[in-house]
Amino acid sequence: MKFSEQWLRDWVNPSIDSQALVEQITMAGLEVDDVLPVAGDFSGVVVGRVVSVEPHPDADKLRVCQVEGSNGTVPVVCGAPNVREGMRAPFAEVGAQLPGDFKVKKAKLRGQPSEGMLCAASELGLSDDHDGLLELASDAPVGADLRRYLQLDDVTIDVDLTPNRSDCLSLRGLAREVGVLNRIPVDVDEPRTVPAAHSEVVDVRVEAASDCARYLGRVIRNVDLTAETPLWMTERLRRSGIRAIDPAVDVTNYVMLELGQPLHAFDRAEISGGIVVRLAQPEEKLVLLDGQEVTLTQDTLVIADHDKPIAIAGVMGGEHSGVNDNTRDLILEAAWFNPITISGKAREYGLHTDASHRFERGVDPKLTRQAMERATQLLMDIVGGEPGEIVEVKSDADLPDEPIVELREARVSAVLGMDIGRTEIEEILTRLGLHIDKLTRDGWKVHVPSFRPDIAIEEDLIEEIGRIYGYNNLPVTEPSGSLGLRPGNEARRPLSSVRSLLVNRGYQEAITYSFVDPDTQALLDPDHTGIELANPISSDMAVMRTSLWSGLLKTVAYNQNRQQNRVRLFETGLRFLKGDKGIDQVPMLAGAVTGPRDPESWVNGRQMVDFFDVKGDLEALFDLLGVSASFETGSHPALHPGQTAAIHRDGEFVGWLGALHPNVQKKLDLNGTVFVFELFLNSVLSGYVPHFKEFSKFPEVRRDLAIVLDDGVPYADVERIARERAGDQLNAVRVFDVFTGESIGEGRKSLAVSLVWQHPERTLNDEEVQDCFNDVIESLKAELGATLRS
Amino acid sequence: MENLEQLVEDGLAAVSGAGDLRSLDQVRVDYLGKKGVLTQQLKSLGELPADERPAAGQRINQAKQQVQDAISARKEALETAALDQKLSAESIDVTLPGRGQEKGGLHPVTRTLERIEQFFAQAGYTVEQGPEIEDDYHNFEALNIPEHHPARAMHDTFYFNPGTLLRTHTSPVQIRTMENSEPPFRMICPGRVYRCDSDMTHTPMFHQVEGLLVEKDVSFADLKSTVEEFLRVFFEKDLAVRFRPSYFPFTEPSAEVDIEWGREEDGSIKWLEVMGCGMVHPTVFNYCNVDPERYRGFAFGMGVERLAMLRYGVNDLRMFFDNDLRFLRQFR
Repeated sequence: MKFSEQWLRDWVNPSIDSQALVEQITMAGLEVDDVLPVAGDFSGVVVGRVVSVEPHPDADKLRVCQVEGSNGTVPVVCGAPNVREGMRAPFAEVGAQLPGDFKVKKAKLRGQPSEGMLCAASELGLSDDHDGLLELASDAPVGADLRRYLQLDDVTIDVDLTPNRSDCLSLRGLAREVGVLNRIPVDVDEPRTVPAAHSEVVDVRVEAASDCARYLGRVIRNVDLTAETPLWMTERLRRSGIRAIDPAVDVTNYVMLELGQPLHAFDRAEISGGIVVRLAQPEEKLVLLDGQEVTLTQDTLVIADHDKPIAIAGVMGGEHSGVNDNTRDLILEAAWFNPITISGKAREYGLHTDASHRFERGVDPKLTRQAMERATQLLMDIVGGEPGEIVEVKSDADLPDEPIVELREARVSAVLGMDIGRTEIEEILTRLGLHIDKLTRDGWKVHVPSFRPDIAIEEDLIEEIGRIYGYNNLPVTEPSGSLGLRPGNEARRPLSSVRSLLVNRGYQEAITYSFVDPDTQALLDPDHTGIELANPISSDMAVMRTSLWSGLLKTVAYNQNRQQNRVRLFETGLRFLKGDKGIDQVPMLAGAVTGPRDPESWVNGRQMVDFFDVKGDLEALFDLLGVSASFETGSHPALHPGQTAAIHRDGEFVGWLGALHPNVQKKLDLNGTVFVFELFLNSVLSGYVPHFKEFSKFPEVRRDLAIVLDDGVPYADVERIARERAGDQLNAVRVFDVFTGESIGEGRKSLAVSLVWQHPERTLNDEEVQDCFNDVIESLKAELGATLRS
Repeated sequence: MENLEQLVEDGLAAVSGAGDLRSLDQVRVDYLGKKGVLTQQLKSLGELPADERPAAGQRINQAKQQVQDAISARKEALETAALDQKLSAESIDVTLPGRGQEKGGLHPVTRTLERIEQFFAQAGYTVEQGPEIEDDYHNFEALNIPEHHPARAMHDTFYFNPGTLLRTHTSPVQIRTMENSEPPFRMICPGRVYRCDSDMTHTPMFHQVEGLLVEKDVSFADLKSTVEEFLRVFFEKDLAVRFRPSYFPFTEPSAEVDIEWGREEDGSIKWLEVMGCGMVHPTVFNYCNVDPERYRGFAFGMGVERLAMLRYGVNDLRMFFDNDLRFLRQFR
């Protein structure tokens, strides 16, 4: 809501300056976004009268005028097309300072002397209008300082109102608020009743009373819409951010700003029969005032005549029934529409109007008649005409109640944290225009007037009291409640420890969008369909991620394109799948690694990161929990068929690790092999509480073994057999060398494995260890076709 | 015996002449060994009259000691020189960079979230999580934002279908937590939230932390202290904080919180909005089966990126989600 400070001060004039006023209303909850001067910075401009206009002897487009200013009559050369004898216009006299650091001097224009300059509105920073001189009223006092005459030492205050404060969407409401804050009275001029000058009434039928509980119509005959809206009115409109259009529209806008009631004027000649307020019929169309044709939805409330819709109620009028210069008779409408009916309607049609903004938030249902009378009076002043009787159709049952809200003094203190005092509370409520209906034992029964639809419960009143008293005048105290100790969960590790382990191993955390490009996702996770957004912000952010890889790999590519070749990223967050019972939203931990293993340095080689580097990182994560995970050969559509591991923990699948499939890598424009992993986050967060086990004091016995196997036999099988066959006292199995090469033979590999035994209660002897060792060797030979390497 | 002095003199010269430990040892053998020239002198004592022997023996032993001392001193000197040489050969260029992995880093949003969580954990708040794909009920209705409420238009919601959406704030987590347990409550709900808006100052996804405290006796004054203390701890500065009346459907009274952020040209405080807060609206309590006559609560909410921008001087919100390593690395 934009308004002129001067206009506000006509209603209520506290003795504080603009800055203090702005601060005051901001701190009362009417946040001021902007304060702008209503005119450019100029001086020395007066009301000038054009005494005569003669053609310029040497220039077709220029005229030589005699202009009367503050100091007699002087010659002025003027190029404005609308200059004419007798008009009054802003006159910058010699010595005047105009916006843009422009000083007016005596000059000769094409040989003719010119002592000053007649000004257009744009030259004074009053508007962008370049259509010639700004025409002042014919009774403007010649020679008077323009700034004083037009009250240009004024500012436009733009206040960002919260949606509950519909009462402040008018000068009257703002004035009421300022009056309360300064404890001064507000000058309210109640509109007078305009007597009817003829008997023609408009036929009004309201078919949707719950949507339109009050509708007022009045016929005004014989208006002259070619008349000019007076400058004082267009100025006030301009300073409130509204363009002047024609007198009828200007008056309705003016009254809306002044009182808060949106109004509409129809051309009587275009209305067939009378007015019908009803819901739209299927496929009904309407061309709106802005020229667009809309097909109305059936829950749209319309104003119609007996044939067709003529306006979307509370939003915008139709083009056809709108007023124009030729309109002679008009129908003025003032109605109260149910906010729920209007809410969202403008948006539905891609509109946002001053009327819909107000009706959605709630207009005072008692305003209609006042606004109608005020607008009638203003119209008669400007365009003449004869008003008829006001026709009112209303449904009391559908009008909002004026609630009686109980307010307890103790509750005010409890919520605000201090005792405000009865007198102070009563004073605040009364100034706000709330009526204390009755005193009760605990406090008050408060009658809420129709202009405050936002106040319905006790807390609303407490907020009003706190707000007017001043939040910053309320005390500051520590919450005193019981600080109950909560049971801990030692087996569960905080996410921060997972993050810091990865960070210490060189990973950088990324946070990528939860909605991703559907094509990338289909490439990376073809087995799942992402959940689609109905209104995505762009087509490459259209589906919810089923894997964190989409975002991470895009981030890898983004960084590779910026000369970052060593990339190690991780992310935690939800992935979204359609599940049997609704949507599965599961926290994941994912990573992507590519480039050199180590940062480039004099001491490190240029080796590229490989599968086992990343596997080591994941093993460290599981180690942190004290659990071990098994990595089994797996297959995933986005991963390299020979370098993919399915990770299991406690027998359950918990995630993937692998090299990205070269085709996928190419399609995503990634350089070099990229290793990716994704785990259910829970699998690295939930562990066990340690339980002490007795450890042996007796020596370990170690045996090493070198075997040759087919390349395809996984080491995991070797370890499994060793553990099965080496007896109960086996303590550890480790692989300490893996070798392939010509000496071994093609398709074969050599593994060196150490086995360690230890008995809890005694020293093991050589024979029993050798027996176990031999068992292992025999089984490896028999089950895996291993041969001993000599 | 007459040449004893000469022998010592020769011996000392030989010691000084020994250039390394090996030649020094040879000198020792030559003079003090079993067949060394000085040892031989002792053997010739027998040839002397008995009364001269003790004196002669003493002189020989003194001579031996003299040479021995010289050898020891020389040995130590040679050893020191050898060690010095060895150490000198072992010197390295300590200015070369160290070996080893580079450390990664947390995303600045996470870093900020951890600081916020730490503050509230110390004040006894739990950290609660909830779904990001929410239903209309938890995101709006239970928060006193019914279907036609103008506040809905301000939320720019991403929808999947009319009843399912991406949460526009983390408040639904508070609703879910209150539904599932009994008061009192002290919780914060950090997490991703979504609004269908993207420009210089908006990203379609961002992070919020919302907090809730529900006790039998809690007031707006308690809310003020919690918020003020948090902001001063977060910015590690005793900055001015003010509470400005505002409107949120789920709190009443409601306030926006401004902090002092430098000065205007005229010397007045420049205020910057950083948070929203208020007393829990009774309607919200009713939806969660908490009796508003028995319990009161306060709630607050903040944008994590905004706080991170202020704290670290980041000037473009969108950088948080570009994940450019040159940006991320600055928050290690």
